[in-house]
Amino acid sequence: MEKMPKWADVILTPLISLFLAMAISALVILAIGESPWVALTTMVDGALGSSYGWGFTLYYTTNFIFTGLAVMVAYHAALFNIGGEGQAAMGGLGVALVLLYLPLPHWLIALPVAMIGAAAFGAAWALIPAWLQAKRGSHIVITTIMFNFIAAAALNYVLVNILRPVGSMDPASARFPESTHLPSISDMAAAIGMEWGKNTPVNVTFFVAIAACLLVWLLIWRTRLGYQIRAFGKSEPGALYAGISPARITIIAMLISGGLAGMMAINNVMGESERLVLNAVEGAGFIGIAVALMGRNHPLGVFLAALLFGFLYQGGGELALWTSIPRELIIVIQALVILFTGALDNMVRMPLERLFLALRKRGDA
Amino acid sequence: MKLDVLKDALTPIIVLGICLIWALIDSSRAMQGMDSALRLMTPLLLACLAGLYSERAGVFDIGLEGKMLMAAFTAATVAALTNSAWLGLLAGIGGALTLSLIHGLASITFRGNQLISGVAINFLASGLTVLLGIKIFGLGGRTPSLQGSGRFQEITLPFADALSGVPVIGPIYAQLISGHSILVYVAVLCVPLTWWVLFRTRFGLRLRAVGENPASVDTAGVSVTRQRYVAVAICGVLCGIAGAYLATGLSAGFVKEMTAGRGFIALAALIFAKWRPWGALFATLLFGLLESIANQYPNLDLGFVTIPSMFMNALPYILTVIILAGFVGRAIPPRAGGEPYVKER
Repeated sequence: MEKMPKWADVILTPLISLFLAMAISALVILAIGESPWVALTTMVDGALGSSYGWGFTLYYTTNFIFTGLAVMVAYHAALFNIGGEGQAAMGGLGVALVLLYLPLPHWLIALPVAMIGAAAFGAAWALIPAWLQAKRGSHIVITTIMFNFIAAAALNYVLVNILRPVGSMDPASARFPESTHLPSISDMAAAIGMEWGKNTPVNVTFFVAIAACLLVWLLIWRTRLGYQIRAFGKSEPGALYAGISPARITIIAMLISGGLAGMMAINNVMGESERLVLNAVEGAGFIGIAVALMGRNHPLGVFLAALLFGFLYQGGGELALWTSIPRELIIVIQALVILFTGALDNMVRMPLERLFLALRKRGDA
Repeated sequence: MKLDVLKDALTPIIVLGICLIWALIDSSRAMQGMDSALRLMTPLLLACLAGLYSERAGVFDIGLEGKMLMAAFTAATVAALTNSAWLGLLAGIGGALTLSLIHGLASITFRGNQLISGVAINFLASGLTVLLGIKIFGLGGRTPSLQGSGRFQEITLPFADALSGVPVIGPIYAQLISGHSILVYVAVLCVPLTWWVLFRTRFGLRLRAVGENPASVDTAGVSVTRQRYVAVAICGVLCGIAGAYLATGLSAGFVKEMTAGRGFIALAALIFAKWRPWGALFATLLFGLLESIANQYPNLDLGFVTIPSMFMNALPYILTVIILAGFVGRAIPPRAGGEPYVKER
């Protein structure tokens, strides 16, 4: 028997967790002598109050959709992929190599090719931890953490010693050719005579991200492979008994996960900076964890949670600009969301379950 | 059996080998480099032992980084305000303990996911330290630099001067072993202490049992919850000392993100050490040496290849992955690690 109705599990618990995280964040703001109300209005105004704000919010959202989906797919196979940061960084390298060394005449051709490059590099970076977990029994969390650091070091080396143009001091690659620049949404709006979000980084990748949400939903709930992934995630012995190979599913799930994390590079590397810079991912890989947890490991949830974090990110930047509250407040909020939705889940759930049981008993009597 | 002994001795042999080769090739800088390796080892060793207590009791802890960072901040803040390194140390322990309790609450009481709780703690520390630092000192997240009694000073061990004339042993004792801050010696002494506590006391037996088979401990009438909380608290204290050493011993104050991945290197060292105290000493010494070499020679020229510093910095992680792959001796974690204990009703 279910202890509480499904809507309570899917909607009420994350909302209460979010509320708790926000309440504590408000206390933190009070503690540093600022007004939570002013902070909130500044954030809403800066992130959602204009098409300019939306342009940045949706840009961050796009990043977080990819990393959130990456964590989510692995999570369905009971794998905790904490390596999104490194996989997204490697995806950036894939994008840079493809765009710098292949002659691509138009962005419509460059986009799919770059997507393949990004996904391939991201997936490759997830492959070794996956293989080690599947075949050698080493813990995927530890190996993916290690691979984040190895990726950072490798990228640092490649940027400083190989991709850096002659004479440049900056540890960054050359600019990508003009023909591969992705159209921003403001350009697209301008083409149909609308003025929307001038000088904002959100670009056509946003639509790719939405498509990715749909495809992941189809994959997880409407295909044989998705069924196998979920079965394996629920019970390894059960999956084994049903003839599903644990090693195969582990590796495939991690390849998809790493590929999705790598695809983030289409947005930040190809769409925004238009060259590969050091630390291009800026923590988005880790935010994916919060996004997946908050979104209850469902693509729709991931989309909404990514939007929430996109808002927090853009709002946080505005906060640092207009008030004396530092940007780091966002990291605290992010930590609290992860804590309450991921680790202290039962703290919220147990009293709720008791409440619903009591209600039901009263209804029966 | 014989092969196992050899595998266990591998890390000390490698450490000794690196030291010897270094001393032979470039003796002037080797002394200085090994001296600095000991300092760099200290926070790693303390954090590694911290993780050892927690993970041996079955509570995974990837929040070592966050706890150290928080401790470094609270220690530097209190030391700056009171000008006392000792009060700073206490504050550091307090800061790390608070986060430990959150981790305990999430992973023991509410039976949540220990890995996710660790991730959350890392972010919490990363955000809060800067937020509070800006509020208290207004220096963009730094604390004012510490001077005099605000820092742990270097102490000279007895007879260091008298012995320095003796060949080989003299310089090693006077320059390498003597002349560190007290926390370095505390860290090294924690190794035999931890070994004794874990393998020679009833408390240690129970702690290990809780990490291997909590149900058996429960059957014996010992509270699994209490035992795990104690382990998590010890972990907090050691992380606190590690953080305090970072901010008030190794450097003179707190800077944003000053742990710079040391908590994760400590985690790597813990695996490298196969969750054993003496192994922890040699693993962290090895990683300290690697960091020191990378600092001394940004581009290490071996004649046939030049090793970039990035590679040296990534080497601890690469070595750990190789160990994890099980090609050089297998690292088997405590059996009940990561699983919340549910008492049957």
